[in-house]
Amino acid sequence: MMWELLIHPFADFGFMRRALMGCIAISVGATPVGVFLMLRRMSLTGDAMAHAILPGAAVGYLVAGLSLGAMTVGGLIAGMAVALLAGFVTRVTALREDASLAAFYLISLAVGVLIVSTRGSNVDLMHVLFGTVLALDDAALVLLCSIASVSIFTLAVVFRPLVLECADPQFLRSVSGFSAVTHFTFLSLVVLNLVAGFHALGTLMAVGIMILPAAAARFWAVGIGALIAVAVSIAMISSVSGLVLSYHAGLPSGPAIILVAGVAYALSVVFGPAGGLVARARLRHHLEAWSGTP
Amino acid sequence: MTYALAFQDLTLGYDRNPAVHRLCGEIAEGSLTAIVGPNGAGKSTMLKGVNGSLRPLTGRIAFGGLTRGEIAYLPQQSDIDRSFPVAVADLVAMGLWQEIGGFAGLRATHRARVAEAISAVGLEGFERRPIGSLSGGQIQRALFARLLLQDARLVLLDEPFTAVDAKTVADLISVVRRWHGEGRTVLAVLHDIDTVRAHFPRTLMLARELVAHGPTAQVLTAENQFRARQMCEACAGPPHVCGRSAE
Repeated sequence: MMWELLIHPFADFGFMRRALMGCIAISVGATPVGVFLMLRRMSLTGDAMAHAILPGAAVGYLVAGLSLGAMTVGGLIAGMAVALLAGFVTRVTALREDASLAAFYLISLAVGVLIVSTRGSNVDLMHVLFGTVLALDDAALVLLCSIASVSIFTLAVVFRPLVLECADPQFLRSVSGFSAVTHFTFLSLVVLNLVAGFHALGTLMAVGIMILPAAAARFWAVGIGALIAVAVSIAMISSVSGLVLSYHAGLPSGPAIILVAGVAYALSVVFGPAGGLVARARLRHHLEAWSGTP
Repeated sequence: MTYALAFQDLTLGYDRNPAVHRLCGEIAEGSLTAIVGPNGAGKSTMLKGVNGSLRPLTGRIAFGGLTRGEIAYLPQQSDIDRSFPVAVADLVAMGLWQEIGGFAGLRATHRARVAEAISAVGLEGFERRPIGSLSGGQIQRALFARLLLQDARLVLLDEPFTAVDAKTVADLISVVRRWHGEGRTVLAVLHDIDTVRAHFPRTLMLARELVAHGPTAQVLTAENQFRARQMCEACAGPPHVCGRSAE
Protein backbone atom coordinates (compact mmCIF):
# COMPACT_ATOMS: atom_id res chain seq x y z
CA MET A 1 0.00 0.00 0.00
CA MET A 2 2.66 2.50 1.09
CA TRP A 3 4.86 1.14 -1.68
CA GLU A 4 2.16 1.73 -4.24
CA LEU A 5 1.49 5.18 -2.91
CA LEU A 6 4.95 6.60 -2.26
CA ILE A 7 7.67 4.53 -3.92
CA HIS A 8 6.05 3.19 -7.05
CA PRO A 9 5.85 6.48 -8.99
CA PHE A 10 9.53 7.18 -8.45
CA ALA A 11 10.70 3.57 -8.92
CA ASP A 12 8.91 3.16 -12.22
CA PHE A 13 9.34 6.50 -13.91
CA GLY A 14 12.60 8.30 -14.59
CA PHE A 15 10.91 11.65 -15.08
CA MET A 16 9.48 11.41 -11.56
CA ARG A 17 12.94 10.72 -10.11
CA ARG A 18 14.32 13.70 -11.98
CA ALA A 19 11.48 15.89 -10.79
CA LEU A 20 12.12 14.76 -7.22
CA MET A 21 15.84 15.44 -7.54
CA GLY A 22 15.21 18.91 -8.97
CA CYS A 23 12.68 19.81 -6.31
CA ILE A 24 14.97 18.69 -3.49
CA ALA A 25 17.79 20.77 -4.97
CA ILE A 26 15.51 23.79 -5.04
CA SER A 27 14.33 23.09 -1.48
CA VAL A 28 17.90 23.04 -0.21
CA GLY A 29 19.02 26.11 -2.16
CA ALA A 30 16.05 28.45 -2.22
CA THR A 31 14.40 27.88 1.15
CA PRO A 32 17.24 29.22 3.37
CA VAL A 33 17.24 32.33 1.16
CA GLY A 34 13.50 32.52 1.74
CA VAL A 35 14.04 32.41 5.51
CA PHE A 36 16.23 35.50 5.28
CA LEU A 37 13.74 37.22 2.97
CA MET A 38 11.03 36.59 5.54
CA LEU A 39 13.15 37.77 8.49
CA ARG A 40 14.03 40.95 6.60
CA ARG A 41 10.35 41.53 5.86
CA MET A 42 11.15 41.17 2.19
CA SER A 43 8.84 38.23 1.48
CA LEU A 44 7.15 40.13 -1.32
CA THR A 45 10.54 41.08 -2.76
CA GLY A 46 10.86 37.46 -3.88
CA ASP A 47 7.66 37.85 -5.87
CA ALA A 48 8.84 41.12 -7.38
CA MET A 49 12.17 39.59 -8.41
CA ALA A 50 10.39 36.59 -9.94
CA HIS A 51 8.49 38.96 -12.22
CA ALA A 52 11.67 40.88 -12.94
CA ILE A 53 13.46 37.89 -14.46
CA LEU A 54 10.67 37.28 -16.96
CA PRO A 55 11.91 39.54 -19.81
CA GLY A 56 15.40 38.06 -19.58
CA ALA A 57 14.06 34.54 -19.89
CA ALA A 58 11.81 35.67 -22.74
CA VAL A 59 14.67 37.26 -24.67
CA GLY A 60 16.72 34.11 -24.08
CA TYR A 61 13.87 32.07 -25.48
CA LEU A 62 13.51 34.29 -28.55
CA VAL A 63 17.21 34.14 -29.30
CA ALA A 64 17.77 30.43 -28.76
CA GLY A 65 14.42 28.72 -28.36
CA LEU A 66 13.79 26.51 -25.33
CA SER A 67 17.49 26.65 -24.46
CA LEU A 68 18.43 26.14 -20.85
CA GLY A 69 21.58 28.25 -21.08
CA ALA A 70 20.07 31.21 -22.93
CA MET A 71 17.03 31.44 -20.66
CA THR A 72 19.17 31.10 -17.53
CA VAL A 73 21.61 33.80 -18.59
CA GLY A 74 18.77 36.05 -19.75
CA GLY A 75 16.92 35.61 -16.46
CA LEU A 76 20.05 36.27 -14.42
CA ILE A 77 20.85 39.45 -16.35
CA ALA A 78 17.31 40.82 -16.06
CA GLY A 79 17.06 39.94 -12.36
CA MET A 80 20.44 41.39 -11.47
CA ALA A 81 19.75 44.54 -13.49
CA VAL A 82 16.53 45.16 -11.60
CA ALA A 83 18.15 44.39 -8.22
CA LEU A 84 21.13 46.67 -8.91
CA LEU A 85 19.10 49.53 -10.38
CA ALA A 86 16.60 49.41 -7.51
CA GLY A 87 19.43 49.22 -4.97
CA PHE A 88 21.21 52.12 -6.67
CA VAL A 89 18.14 54.34 -6.67
CA THR A 90 17.47 53.46 -3.02
CA ARG A 91 20.98 54.35 -1.92
CA VAL A 92 21.43 57.60 -3.83
CA THR A 93 17.92 59.09 -3.74
CA ALA A 94 15.17 59.59 -1.19
CA LEU A 95 13.05 56.75 -2.59
CA ARG A 96 12.63 53.73 -0.31
CA GLU A 97 13.62 50.26 -1.43
CA ASP A 98 10.09 48.86 -1.77
CA ALA A 99 9.02 51.67 -4.07
CA SER A 100 12.12 51.62 -6.27
CA LEU A 101 11.99 47.83 -6.55
CA ALA A 102 8.30 47.95 -7.46
CA ALA A 103 9.01 50.54 -10.15
CA PHE A 104 11.76 48.52 -11.80
CA TYR A 105 10.06 45.13 -11.59
CA LEU A 106 6.87 46.53 -13.11
CA ILE A 107 8.85 47.98 -16.01
CA SER A 108 10.67 44.69 -16.39
CA LEU A 109 7.44 42.67 -16.28
CA ALA A 110 5.82 44.87 -18.92
CA VAL A 111 8.84 44.42 -21.20
CA GLY A 112 8.68 40.67 -20.64
CA VAL A 113 4.99 40.33 -21.45
CA LEU A 114 5.48 42.57 -24.50
CA ILE A 115 8.29 40.41 -25.85
CA VAL A 116 6.50 37.13 -25.22
CA SER A 117 3.19 38.29 -26.70
CA THR A 118 4.63 39.87 -29.85
CA ARG A 119 7.02 37.09 -30.73
CA GLY A 120 6.09 33.89 -28.92
CA SER A 121 3.01 31.74 -28.60
CA ASN A 122 0.88 31.24 -25.52
CA VAL A 123 2.41 27.83 -24.93
CA ASP A 124 5.81 29.45 -24.48
CA LEU A 125 4.43 31.92 -22.00
CA MET A 126 2.87 29.05 -20.05
CA HIS A 127 6.23 27.32 -19.95
CA VAL A 128 8.02 30.36 -18.58
CA LEU A 129 5.29 31.16 -16.08
CA PHE A 130 4.58 27.65 -14.82
CA GLY A 131 7.70 25.61 -15.55
CA THR A 132 8.04 21.97 -16.51
CA VAL A 133 9.11 19.98 -13.48
CA LEU A 134 8.25 16.68 -15.20
CA ALA A 135 10.52 17.45 -18.15
CA LEU A 136 13.83 18.22 -16.46
CA ASP A 137 16.75 16.90 -18.51
CA ASP A 138 20.29 16.15 -17.31
CA ALA A 139 21.55 19.65 -18.05
CA ALA A 140 18.69 21.20 -16.10
CA LEU A 141 19.33 18.91 -13.13
CA VAL A 142 23.03 19.77 -13.11
CA LEU A 143 22.10 23.45 -13.23
CA LEU A 144 19.63 23.16 -10.35
CA CYS A 145 22.08 21.20 -8.18
CA SER A 146 24.94 23.59 -8.98
CA ILE A 147 22.86 26.62 -8.07
CA ALA A 148 21.76 24.95 -4.83
CA SER A 149 25.40 24.22 -3.94
CA VAL A 150 26.62 27.70 -4.78
CA SER A 151 23.72 29.18 -2.84
CA ILE A 152 24.35 27.16 0.33
CA PHE A 153 28.09 27.80 0.18
CA THR A 154 27.66 31.55 -0.34
CA LEU A 155 25.13 31.76 2.45
CA ALA A 156 27.58 30.03 4.80
CA VAL A 157 30.32 32.49 3.87
CA VAL A 158 28.26 35.66 4.26
CA PHE A 159 26.20 34.37 7.19
CA ARG A 160 27.53 36.70 9.89
CA PRO A 161 27.48 39.92 7.83
CA LEU A 162 24.05 38.96 6.53
CA VAL A 163 22.59 38.35 9.99
CA LEU A 164 24.05 41.66 11.13
CA GLU A 165 22.78 43.44 8.01
CA CYS A 166 19.31 42.17 8.92
CA ALA A 167 19.41 42.69 12.68
CA ASP A 168 21.45 45.90 13.02
CA PRO A 169 22.41 47.41 9.65
CA GLN A 170 23.56 50.67 11.20
CA PHE A 171 26.11 48.81 13.31
CA LEU A 172 27.38 46.84 10.32
CA ARG A 173 27.87 50.09 8.41
CA SER A 174 29.77 51.57 11.35
CA VAL A 175 32.23 48.68 11.67
CA SER A 176 32.77 47.61 8.09
CA GLY A 177 32.26 48.36 4.45
CA PHE A 178 30.52 45.02 3.94
CA SER A 179 27.00 46.40 4.15
CA ALA A 180 26.39 47.08 0.47
CA VAL A 181 28.34 44.01 -0.64
CA THR A 182 26.31 41.81 1.70
CA HIS A 183 23.03 43.26 0.50
CA PHE A 184 23.80 42.73 -3.17
CA THR A 185 25.25 39.27 -2.57
CA PHE A 186 22.00 38.34 -0.90
CA LEU A 187 19.89 39.78 -3.73
CA SER A 188 22.06 37.83 -6.19
CA LEU A 189 21.22 34.66 -4.29
CA VAL A 190 17.53 35.51 -4.55
CA VAL A 191 17.82 35.98 -8.31
CA LEU A 192 19.96 32.86 -8.75
CA ASN A 193 17.51 30.65 -6.88
CA LEU A 194 14.51 32.09 -8.68
CA VAL A 195 16.17 31.35 -12.00
CA ALA A 196 16.79 27.78 -10.80
CA GLY A 197 13.20 27.61 -9.62
CA PHE A 198 11.63 28.81 -12.85
CA HIS A 199 13.05 25.92 -14.84
CA ALA A 200 11.18 23.50 -12.61
CA LEU A 201 8.25 25.41 -11.22
CA GLY A 202 8.02 28.50 -13.42
CA THR A 203 8.71 32.11 -12.49
CA LEU A 204 5.56 32.48 -10.41
CA MET A 205 5.64 29.17 -8.53
CA ALA A 206 9.37 29.45 -7.76
CA VAL A 207 8.62 32.07 -5.13
CA GLY A 208 6.25 29.67 -3.40
CA ILE A 209 8.90 27.10 -2.52
CA MET A 210 11.10 29.95 -1.30
CA ILE A 211 8.61 31.74 0.96
CA LEU A 212 5.86 29.33 2.09
CA PRO A 213 8.13 26.87 3.99
CA ALA A 214 9.95 29.81 5.58
CA ALA A 215 6.70 31.39 6.73
CA ALA A 216 5.51 28.03 8.08
CA ALA A 217 8.80 27.44 9.92
CA ARG A 218 8.32 30.69 11.85
CA PHE A 219 5.59 28.89 13.83
CA TRP A 220 7.84 26.00 14.85
CA ALA A 221 11.29 27.44 15.52
CA VAL A 222 12.83 30.56 17.02
CA GLY A 223 16.59 30.46 16.37
CA ILE A 224 17.80 31.14 12.87
CA GLY A 225 19.54 27.78 12.41
CA ALA A 226 16.42 25.93 13.51
CA LEU A 227 14.28 28.09 11.22
CA ILE A 228 16.38 27.11 8.21
CA ALA A 229 16.34 23.40 9.16
CA VAL A 230 12.58 23.34 9.64
CA ALA A 231 11.93 25.34 6.46
CA VAL A 232 14.11 23.05 4.32
CA SER A 233 12.38 20.00 5.80
CA ILE A 234 8.94 21.42 5.05
CA ALA A 235 10.04 22.27 1.50
CA MET A 236 11.31 18.73 0.91
CA ILE A 237 8.22 17.08 2.35
CA SER A 238 6.05 19.38 0.24
CA SER A 239 8.05 18.44 -2.87
CA VAL A 240 7.65 14.72 -2.33
CA SER A 241 3.98 14.96 -1.33
CA GLY A 242 3.19 17.35 -4.16
CA LEU A 243 4.78 15.09 -6.77
CA VAL A 244 3.00 12.02 -5.40
CA LEU A 245 -0.28 13.89 -5.31
CA SER A 246 0.13 15.14 -8.86
CA TYR A 247 0.99 11.62 -10.04
CA HIS A 248 -2.00 9.90 -8.48
CA ALA A 249 -4.56 12.64 -9.02
CA GLY A 250 -3.33 13.68 -12.46
CA LEU A 251 -2.70 17.28 -11.40
CA PRO A 252 -0.03 19.66 -12.69
CA SER A 253 3.04 19.16 -10.46
CA GLY A 254 4.19 22.75 -9.84
CA PRO A 255 0.93 24.01 -8.34
CA ALA A 256 0.49 20.70 -6.47
CA ILE A 257 3.85 21.15 -4.72
CA ILE A 258 3.13 24.75 -3.81
CA LEU A 259 -0.36 23.88 -2.59
CA VAL A 260 1.02 21.18 -0.29
CA ALA A 261 3.44 23.79 1.06
CA GLY A 262 0.41 26.04 1.48
CA VAL A 263 -1.35 23.36 3.51
CA ALA A 264 1.79 23.00 5.66
CA TYR A 265 1.67 26.75 6.18
CA ALA A 266 -2.01 26.70 7.14
CA LEU A 267 -1.43 23.85 9.63
CA SER A 268 1.51 25.79 11.10
CA VAL A 269 -0.59 28.92 11.53
CA VAL A 270 -3.10 26.93 13.55
CA PHE A 271 -0.97 24.40 15.44
CA GLY A 272 2.56 25.87 15.50
CA PRO A 273 3.86 26.14 19.06
CA ALA A 274 5.71 29.40 18.41
CA GLY A 275 2.84 31.87 18.14
CA GLY A 276 0.28 29.70 16.33
CA LEU A 277 -3.43 30.24 16.95
CA VAL A 278 -3.84 27.33 19.39
CA ALA A 279 -0.71 28.30 21.33
CA ARG A 280 -1.95 31.89 21.54
CA ALA A 281 -5.37 30.83 22.75
CA ARG A 282 -3.74 28.79 25.53
CA LEU A 283 -1.58 31.76 26.45
CA ARG A 284 -4.65 33.97 26.79
CA HIS A 285 -6.23 31.39 29.06
CA HIS A 286 -3.21 31.56 31.37
CA LEU A 287 -3.29 35.33 31.52
CA GLU A 288 -6.94 35.40 32.54
CA ALA A 289 -6.30 32.86 35.29
CA TRP A 290 -3.55 35.10 36.65
CA SER A 291 -5.47 38.35 36.66
CA GLY A 292 -8.13 36.84 38.95
CA THR A 293 -5.81 36.40 41.93
CA PRO A 294 -5.38 39.38 44.29
CA MET B 1 47.81 68.15 25.45
CA THR B 2 47.05 66.11 22.35
CA TYR B 3 43.60 66.12 20.85
CA ALA B 4 41.49 63.11 19.93
CA LEU B 5 39.63 65.17 17.40
CA ALA B 6 39.45 68.77 16.29
CA PHE B 7 36.59 70.57 14.58
CA GLN B 8 37.93 72.97 12.00
CA ASP B 9 35.23 75.38 10.86
CA LEU B 10 32.94 72.38 10.55
CA THR B 11 29.52 72.69 8.91
CA LEU B 12 27.33 69.60 8.75
CA GLY B 13 23.84 69.36 7.39
CA TYR B 14 21.24 67.76 5.20
CA ASP B 15 20.82 69.02 1.65
CA ARG B 16 22.00 72.62 2.04
CA ASN B 17 20.54 73.26 5.48
CA PRO B 18 23.21 73.33 8.13
CA ALA B 19 22.49 71.50 11.38
CA VAL B 20 25.92 72.25 12.77
CA HIS B 21 27.36 75.56 11.66
CA ARG B 22 30.98 76.71 11.65
CA LEU B 23 32.04 74.65 14.65
CA CYS B 24 35.59 75.03 15.92
CA GLY B 25 37.21 73.34 18.90
CA GLU B 26 39.25 70.42 20.14
CA ILE B 27 38.28 67.35 22.14
CA ALA B 28 41.25 66.32 24.27
CA GLU B 29 42.48 62.74 24.22
CA GLY B 30 41.07 60.86 27.20
CA SER B 31 38.45 63.49 28.03
CA LEU B 32 34.90 62.77 29.13
CA THR B 33 32.67 65.32 27.44
CA ALA B 34 28.93 65.84 27.52
CA ILE B 35 27.28 67.47 24.52
CA VAL B 36 24.21 69.48 25.52
CA GLY B 37 21.80 71.82 23.79
CA PRO B 38 18.12 72.21 22.89
CA ASN B 39 16.35 69.87 20.48
CA GLY B 40 17.46 70.53 16.92
CA ALA B 41 20.77 71.96 18.08
CA GLY B 42 22.74 69.57 15.88
CA LYS B 43 24.06 67.28 18.61
CA SER B 44 23.24 64.00 16.89
CA THR B 45 24.35 65.43 13.56
CA MET B 46 27.71 66.28 15.08
CA LEU B 47 28.20 62.66 16.23
CA LYS B 48 27.24 61.40 12.77
CA GLY B 49 29.91 63.69 11.35
CA VAL B 50 32.52 62.35 13.77
CA ASN B 51 31.64 58.74 13.06
CA GLY B 52 31.95 59.38 9.35
CA SER B 53 28.40 58.62 8.26
CA LEU B 54 27.75 62.25 7.34
CA ARG B 55 30.20 64.16 5.19
CA PRO B 56 30.91 67.81 6.09
CA LEU B 57 29.40 70.50 3.86
CA THR B 58 32.42 72.65 4.62
CA GLY B 59 35.35 72.48 7.01
CA ARG B 60 36.70 69.23 8.40
CA ILE B 61 37.23 67.05 11.44
CA ALA B 62 40.86 66.22 12.19
CA PHE B 63 41.59 63.04 14.09
CA GLY B 64 44.67 62.90 16.31
CA GLY B 65 45.87 59.56 15.01
CA LEU B 66 42.53 57.80 15.36
CA THR B 67 41.47 55.39 12.65
CA ARG B 68 37.84 54.71 11.84
CA GLY B 69 38.03 51.27 13.43
CA GLU B 70 38.91 52.86 16.76
CA ILE B 71 35.65 54.82 16.92
CA ALA B 72 32.58 53.18 18.44
CA TYR B 73 29.16 54.76 17.96
CA LEU B 74 25.87 54.13 19.73
CA PRO B 75 23.09 55.85 17.80
CA GLN B 76 20.12 57.53 19.45
CA GLN B 77 17.47 55.25 18.07
CA SER B 78 19.28 52.17 17.11
CA ASP B 79 17.54 50.63 14.12
CA ILE B 80 17.97 47.16 15.57
CA ASP B 81 15.29 44.78 14.37
CA ARG B 82 14.34 43.34 17.72
CA SER B 83 12.12 40.71 16.16
CA PHE B 84 15.17 39.21 14.47
CA PRO B 85 16.08 35.91 16.17
CA VAL B 86 19.53 36.69 17.56
CA ALA B 87 20.66 35.73 21.07
CA VAL B 88 21.97 38.41 23.43
CA ALA B 89 25.44 36.82 23.51
CA ASP B 90 25.61 36.82 19.70
CA LEU B 91 24.60 40.49 19.50
CA VAL B 92 27.21 41.40 22.11
CA ALA B 93 29.89 39.27 20.42
CA MET B 94 29.59 41.44 17.30
CA GLY B 95 31.55 44.05 19.24
CA LEU B 96 34.55 41.88 18.40
CA TRP B 97 34.07 42.61 14.68
CA GLN B 98 37.39 44.46 14.39
CA GLU B 99 39.17 41.31 15.60
CA ILE B 100 37.17 38.49 14.09
CA GLY B 101 35.78 40.25 11.00
CA GLY B 102 32.89 38.81 9.08
CA PHE B 103 34.08 35.23 8.84
CA ALA B 104 36.49 34.09 11.59
CA GLY B 105 35.21 31.90 14.41
CA LEU B 106 35.05 32.82 18.10
CA ARG B 107 37.89 31.41 20.20
CA ALA B 108 37.58 30.47 23.84
CA THR B 109 39.25 33.76 24.83
CA HIS B 110 36.69 35.67 22.78
CA ARG B 111 33.84 33.82 24.48
CA ALA B 112 35.33 34.61 27.87
CA ARG B 113 35.46 38.30 26.97
CA VAL B 114 31.86 38.23 25.75
CA ALA B 115 30.83 36.68 29.08
CA GLU B 116 32.86 39.29 30.97
CA ALA B 117 31.25 42.16 29.05
CA ILE B 118 27.76 40.75 29.65
CA SER B 119 28.40 40.47 33.37
CA ALA B 120 29.91 43.98 33.44
CA VAL B 121 26.55 45.40 32.36
CA GLY B 122 24.57 43.13 34.69
CA LEU B 123 22.99 40.84 32.09
CA GLU B 124 24.22 37.48 33.41
CA GLY B 125 21.72 34.75 32.72
CA PHE B 126 20.38 36.48 29.59
CA GLU B 127 23.08 35.17 27.25
CA ARG B 128 20.89 32.76 25.28
CA ARG B 129 17.70 34.85 25.35
CA PRO B 130 16.57 36.29 22.01
CA ILE B 131 16.97 40.06 21.88
CA GLY B 132 13.22 40.42 21.32
CA SER B 133 12.56 39.28 24.91
CA LEU B 134 14.61 42.11 26.45
CA SER B 135 13.18 45.34 27.84
CA GLY B 136 14.39 48.70 26.58
CA GLY B 137 16.83 49.08 29.46
CA GLN B 138 18.19 45.58 28.98
CA ILE B 139 18.74 46.21 25.26
CA GLN B 140 20.70 49.33 26.18
CA ARG B 141 22.78 47.25 28.61
CA ALA B 142 23.48 44.72 25.85
CA LEU B 143 24.52 47.50 23.47
CA PHE B 144 26.91 48.85 26.13
CA ALA B 145 28.38 45.36 26.47
CA ARG B 146 28.94 45.35 22.72
CA LEU B 147 30.63 48.77 23.00
CA LEU B 148 32.87 47.37 25.75
CA LEU B 149 34.10 44.67 23.38
CA GLN B 150 34.71 47.16 20.59
CA ASP B 151 37.65 48.36 22.66
CA ALA B 152 37.45 51.77 20.96
CA ARG B 153 39.66 54.75 21.76
CA LEU B 154 36.82 57.14 20.99
CA VAL B 155 33.28 56.27 22.16
CA LEU B 156 30.31 58.26 20.83
CA LEU B 157 27.02 57.93 22.70
CA ASP B 158 23.86 59.59 21.42
CA GLU B 159 21.36 60.04 24.28
CA PRO B 160 22.33 56.70 25.83
CA PHE B 161 20.21 57.16 28.96
CA THR B 162 16.91 58.18 27.39
CA ALA B 163 13.95 55.93 28.32
CA VAL B 164 16.07 53.96 30.77
CA ASP B 165 15.35 53.62 34.51
CA ALA B 166 17.56 55.11 37.24
CA LYS B 167 19.23 51.83 38.23
CA THR B 168 20.21 51.16 34.62
CA VAL B 169 21.52 54.70 34.21
CA ALA B 170 23.69 54.27 37.31
CA ASP B 171 25.10 50.97 36.03
CA LEU B 172 25.77 52.33 32.55
CA ILE B 173 27.42 55.47 33.93
CA SER B 174 29.83 53.26 35.84
CA VAL B 175 30.72 51.68 32.48
CA VAL B 176 31.32 55.17 31.04
CA ARG B 177 33.50 56.05 34.03
CA ARG B 178 35.44 52.82 33.50
CA TRP B 179 36.18 53.93 29.91
CA HIS B 180 37.27 57.31 31.21
CA GLY B 181 39.58 55.61 33.73
CA GLU B 182 41.12 53.58 30.92
CA GLY B 183 42.04 56.78 29.09
CA ARG B 184 39.45 56.46 26.33
CA THR B 185 37.82 59.57 24.90
CA VAL B 186 34.05 59.67 25.44
CA LEU B 187 31.57 62.07 23.80
CA ALA B 188 27.99 61.71 25.00
CA VAL B 189 24.88 63.63 23.95
CA LEU B 190 22.81 64.12 27.10
CA HIS B 191 19.66 65.93 28.15
CA ASP B 192 19.72 65.39 31.89
CA ILE B 193 21.74 68.33 33.23
CA ASP B 194 22.08 66.75 36.70
CA THR B 195 23.78 63.69 35.19
CA VAL B 196 26.12 65.98 33.27
CA ARG B 197 27.05 67.97 36.37
CA ALA B 198 27.60 64.85 38.45
CA HIS B 199 29.66 62.75 36.06
CA PHE B 200 31.01 64.70 33.10
CA PRO B 201 34.06 66.92 33.71
CA ARG B 202 33.73 68.75 30.39
CA THR B 203 30.74 70.02 28.43
CA LEU B 204 30.23 71.29 24.91
CA MET B 205 27.06 73.32 24.47
CA LEU B 206 25.68 73.46 20.98
CA ALA B 207 22.89 75.45 19.36
CA ARG B 208 23.79 74.80 15.73
CA GLU B 209 26.78 76.99 16.46
CA LEU B 210 29.08 76.57 19.42
CA VAL B 211 27.72 78.24 22.56
CA ALA B 212 30.42 77.25 25.01
CA HIS B 213 32.99 74.51 25.52
CA GLY B 214 35.03 73.86 28.64
CA PRO B 215 34.79 72.66 32.24
CA THR B 216 31.17 71.70 32.96
CA ALA B 217 30.62 74.23 35.76
CA GLN B 218 31.70 77.10 33.51
CA VAL B 219 29.61 75.97 30.54
CA LEU B 220 26.33 75.09 32.27
CA THR B 221 25.46 78.62 33.35
CA ALA B 222 21.95 79.98 33.19
CA GLU B 223 23.18 82.64 30.79
CA ASN B 224 24.59 80.07 28.32
CA GLN B 225 21.47 77.94 28.46
CA PHE B 226 19.28 80.97 27.77
CA ARG B 227 21.51 81.98 24.86
CA ALA B 228 21.41 78.44 23.40
CA ARG B 229 17.60 78.46 23.44
CA GLN B 230 17.48 81.84 21.75
CA MET B 231 19.96 80.79 19.07
CA CYS B 232 17.92 77.68 18.28
CA GLU B 233 14.71 79.67 18.05
CA ALA B 234 16.42 82.07 15.67
CA CYS B 235 17.43 79.08 13.54
CA ALA B 236 13.81 78.12 13.12
CA GLY B 237 13.25 81.13 10.85
CA PRO B 238 13.36 80.99 7.02
CA PRO B 239 16.71 79.72 5.67
CA HIS B 240 19.14 81.98 3.89
CA VAL B 241 22.51 81.46 2.26
CA CYS B 242 25.35 81.85 4.72
CA GLY B 243 27.06 85.18 3.99
CA ARG B 244 30.30 84.60 5.84
CA SER B 245 33.32 84.08 3.60
CA ALA B 246 34.51 80.50 3.23
CA GLU B 247 37.96 81.08 4.71
